[in-house]
Amino acid sequence: MAEVLVLVDHFDGDVRKVTYELLTAARALGAPSAVVVGTPGTAGKLADGLKAHGAEKIYVAESEQATEYLAAPEAAVLASLVESVSPAAVLLAASGDGKEIAARLAVRTNSALLSDVVGVGADGVQHSIFGGAFTVDAKGVTDHPVITVRAGSIAIEPTDGAGAEQSVAMPELDPSRQAVVTAREPVVAGDRPELTDASVVVSGGRGMGGAENFGIVEALADSLGAAVGASRAATDAGWYPHQFQVGQTGKTVSPQLYIAAGISGAIQHRAGMQTAKTIIAINKDPEAPIFELADFGLVGDLNTVVPALTEEITKRKG
Amino acid sequence: MNIVVLVKQVPDTYSERKLSDSDHTLDRESSDAVIDEINERAVEAALQLKEADGDGTTVTVISMGPERATDAVRKALAMGADDAVLLSDDALHGSCAVQTARTLAKVLGTLDGVDLVVTGNESSDGGTSAVPPMLAEILGLPALTHAREIAVDGTTITVRRETDEGVTSLRAELPAVVSVGEKINEPRYPSFKGIMQAKKKPITSLTLADAGVDAGEVGLGNALSQVTGAAPKPPKSGGQKIEDGGDGGAQIAEYLAAEKLI
Repeated sequence: MAEVLVLVDHFDGDVRKVTYELLTAARALGAPSAVVVGTPGTAGKLADGLKAHGAEKIYVAESEQATEYLAAPEAAVLASLVESVSPAAVLLAASGDGKEIAARLAVRTNSALLSDVVGVGADGVQHSIFGGAFTVDAKGVTDHPVITVRAGSIAIEPTDGAGAEQSVAMPELDPSRQAVVTAREPVVAGDRPELTDASVVVSGGRGMGGAENFGIVEALADSLGAAVGASRAATDAGWYPHQFQVGQTGKTVSPQLYIAAGISGAIQHRAGMQTAKTIIAINKDPEAPIFELADFGLVGDLNTVVPALTEEITKRKG
Repeated sequence: MNIVVLVKQVPDTYSERKLSDSDHTLDRESSDAVIDEINERAVEAALQLKEADGDGTTVTVISMGPERATDAVRKALAMGADDAVLLSDDALHGSCAVQTARTLAKVLGTLDGVDLVVTGNESSDGGTSAVPPMLAEILGLPALTHAREIAVDGTTITVRRETDEGVTSLRAELPAVVSVGEKINEPRYPSFKGIMQAKKKPITSLTLADAGVDAGEVGLGNALSQVTGAAPKPPKSGGQKIEDGGDGGAQIAEYLAAEKLI
């Protein structure tokens, strides 16, 4: 069976969850081979987890250079492996770094790039585009397509793999042609779940009326163990930080439950949340387009409804 | 310093976007076309670098797309860019990211002594973030992506890069490719004077042959990836909608409990 290369997404000795999703997805195409690119000693910390998620081989490219440059070391290692093992495909996380490595690799190996897919199968991949408004089937027409997979779209299935380690040389990189990394500051996770990972999201919009009112949205979110989001109207007004913006120009979320408070439901916002499984809307305008999407819509004043809902949930949870 | 900004015309994210039934490419007729907002930020970043650098710097806009992409180019010129190149050719229809990057690299090759290529980090329609690093790979240049801050000192460029994973500080020697993120700046509005001047600024129109690209290397039929099917997601129909009679909070809680969501 052909190998499928999976680039291991890791930071500081910890594997990111999406790596296990990639190893699961890879099994639809062939035998998963994990590729670890990192500073010396990295693979040792990750090997057990990779084996437990089906990695038949683990290619290890360890070098001090691995973290000195952006994207280029990973792209160089993967390109050399594509040449030596002719994999059925290369899978990476559709993160900022993953997409960048994938783009470089596709050019270098003259491969199809299938970006941000939500499903992987022998016949091709599935994309969800325009904020979930269209589902698209696509395939690569080249050998070894390069595929980036959206985090959270594949359910992890652990299984034992042989995990045979094989070391790979880090190709020489010309320092004058690289972006040199002079510092890294990873995002520090807050107390609430990450917006794009959360199973429940509570968002506030223009109807919040001001930054001071976001307290009631946060309280509701905390009662549900939810992430807090905001519409563009609210973030542009400076009521809530931009990184929490849900919508076309912000984050795309697909939670089990989405509660929209004081959000009218412009296309811009809908593009970021309309794939949520259940949508609750609270808005004082009965004509607000958000009600067209809502499974349960309440026409009312969010200033009384939201705190009452928080209280009710807290009471029910005892 | 010679700065090139890549701009792209996209369907307005405030209008309904569709794929065409015949070949699953973007249906450009069905929605309003605008310059992608992230490209306005790219133009703004270039103009700020020019203003910091003085008269020795020019800002050239490059776009690839149908004829009507001229509107996006004019907007960039009205903001203050000096001149523009528009590559328009029917054979480009349906090109994939790899073909697009290779073609843009050829167009860049028609210009002399480019020091810095500025792009948006992610288009609002395709969203692959692929073209900036691909261009860098093809041209053998460093890529400084997702910039939140850019500074150029002599021939050294530094960038504060911000992604969902965190912040990275980058440094490279020019020439280089930089892609800007959402938070880099607030783009200026074109002034009336700027709009009038833009009408007189030169736009060089290129065909594929002018750029030295073989039509057999681009377009839907030669793309490295193929769309085999596309379907709009069935519209979500609204559920129940009720007026708050004073116990709205409790009613929502009741619904959530019935759906086993709490």
